[in-house]
Amino acid sequence: MATIPTPAPRARSSAATGERRSWKLTTVLAIASLAVFIPLYLAVTMALKTNAEASSGSGFALPTSLHWSNFSTAWDLVHFPRAAAVSVVIAVVAVVGSLAVSSMASYAIVRNWHRKAFRYSYFYLLAAMFIPFPVIALPQVKLTALLGLANPIGVGLLHVLLSMGFNILLYTAFLRSIPFELEESARLDGASTWQTFRQLIVPLLGPMNATVGIFAFLASWNDYMMPAIITADAQYQSLPVVQNIFAVSLTTNYNVAFASYLMAMLPTLVVYFLAQRWVLSGVTQGAIK
Amino acid sequence: MTATTRRRRSDTAYVWMLFPALALFTVFVTLPALVGVFFSFTNYAGFGSWKWVGFENYRSLWHDSTILGSYRFTLLFAVVTTIVVNALALALAIGLSSKIHFKRGLRSVFFVPMVLSGIVVAYVFQYFFSFSVPSVASSLGWTGGEQSLLANQDWAWLGVVIVTAWQAIPSAMIIYLAGLLAIPGEVYEAASLDGASAWRRFRSITLPLVAGYVVVNSILSFKNFLNAYDVIVGLTGGGPGTSTTSVAMGIFNGFNNGDYAYSMANAVVFFVITVVISLLQLRLLRGREVNL
Repeated sequence: MATIPTPAPRARSSAATGERRSWKLTTVLAIASLAVFIPLYLAVTMALKTNAEASSGSGFALPTSLHWSNFSTAWDLVHFPRAAAVSVVIAVVAVVGSLAVSSMASYAIVRNWHRKAFRYSYFYLLAAMFIPFPVIALPQVKLTALLGLANPIGVGLLHVLLSMGFNILLYTAFLRSIPFELEESARLDGASTWQTFRQLIVPLLGPMNATVGIFAFLASWNDYMMPAIITADAQYQSLPVVQNIFAVSLTTNYNVAFASYLMAMLPTLVVYFLAQRWVLSGVTQGAIK
Repeated sequence: MTATTRRRRSDTAYVWMLFPALALFTVFVTLPALVGVFFSFTNYAGFGSWKWVGFENYRSLWHDSTILGSYRFTLLFAVVTTIVVNALALALAIGLSSKIHFKRGLRSVFFVPMVLSGIVVAYVFQYFFSFSVPSVASSLGWTGGEQSLLANQDWAWLGVVIVTAWQAIPSAMIIYLAGLLAIPGEVYEAASLDGASAWRRFRSITLPLVAGYVVVNSILSFKNFLNAYDVIVGLTGGGPGTSTTSVAMGIFNGFNNGDYAYSMANAVVFFVITVVISLLQLRLLRGREVNL
């Protein structure tokens, strides 16, 4: 119902104010967007050059021929499938853990706000927002080693914990806006707390789950600090961390390095272009008018 | 089944829902934090035996010019980057919510940096600053630009600011876009009819109405920038010298050098500073809410 009539009000409102869509402002923004494009352009052209072309000049010149083999060289050099699998494990633990742990805790807190223990727990968990990872990193290296978690699973788990304060803040704010009467009828039909949570609350949390899930994915997939410090075995290093072999080796072939950087960036870019409607929907919906 | 047994059973369910969060948080955050604070008062090297040394580590920190330098750099970097990010994000958000062509496409482009890995972006910019800029500068005859910005002891921090800002602007922009959408269009129309100029509309309508978002954004971004690590590792590795070594890097380096206890003292000081700054900012935020 709301989808079809939108063009009409749009036309009317711009006619009423006498304002047109500005080409001048569009041009300014297009020029500003070069700041985003230039580094990406550099990465793409460099990745397709030969060794000789890549080792001289500004890097902006187009390659004379497309040197696709850089990608396979980089693929072997960083053990791409293995590193990507490690990144997937970290991201899955971080996303699933964040969704489950934070949403359950938030539900319990919001429905028991009148009880002191739950209120205090809330403030205790929010404290996570104030604790920077570097502060607890050193004892955590020892702890994760002790518990056999100096691996991708442990890294994913730490991501769950360090974003927990913020996620609980988001979930509790959202849950407070859900009227209790909705649950009342389910309860009267004899649903247990777990059943109510799974069948009624989890579906209602949909948009919030998308936000929390996407941010958990991006943060854990792109992170360098935590896996670099926590993971003991270099074989189990994630995609961002393995890129450092190009930084430390003295005989760097920049073309191969850039091919590798592009492959590391590609997964999140693809996810972004597929899911941007979800991520930005709240923001863009009204603005597209 | 009576009403009381039923309520008690559902209460246990709530406790079990909260339990994983509390247990994991206590084991993996609170416990390490307390252990770390304890060892900051010892001479523990990360292995072997140790003994209690009181405030010795904290006193040494005060005289350690490398550590003090890392605090100077981190605070300067965080303040400058917060200002740069918020000014540019607000300007872009205003532009992107105005009446322009290709609105959706332009927005998609400006959000891209947000989804990329900080360290990989830093590697790309490392090449850009080390080779691209000097090469272009020399072909244009600009001698000042022929040396890499990142090799300059006094200005390498600016490179870190640029790359961090490049990546951090989109998430600040999302919040500003949401804030701008909350302003009803009629307010602007009324102002235009009254003959208010674009600058006047920005100063008298937009700025006061998004001021709350500016404070929120500044708090969020400042806290993140204090922990700067990934971008610096990829861009400068903390150099030249130690000119771009952040506090986080200093803590990790100490650990690798077997200065576990000393680094923990540094971490504790860093934590206290972070909390004090956060509390000050929250106070500012509360004051702002009253004004709005």
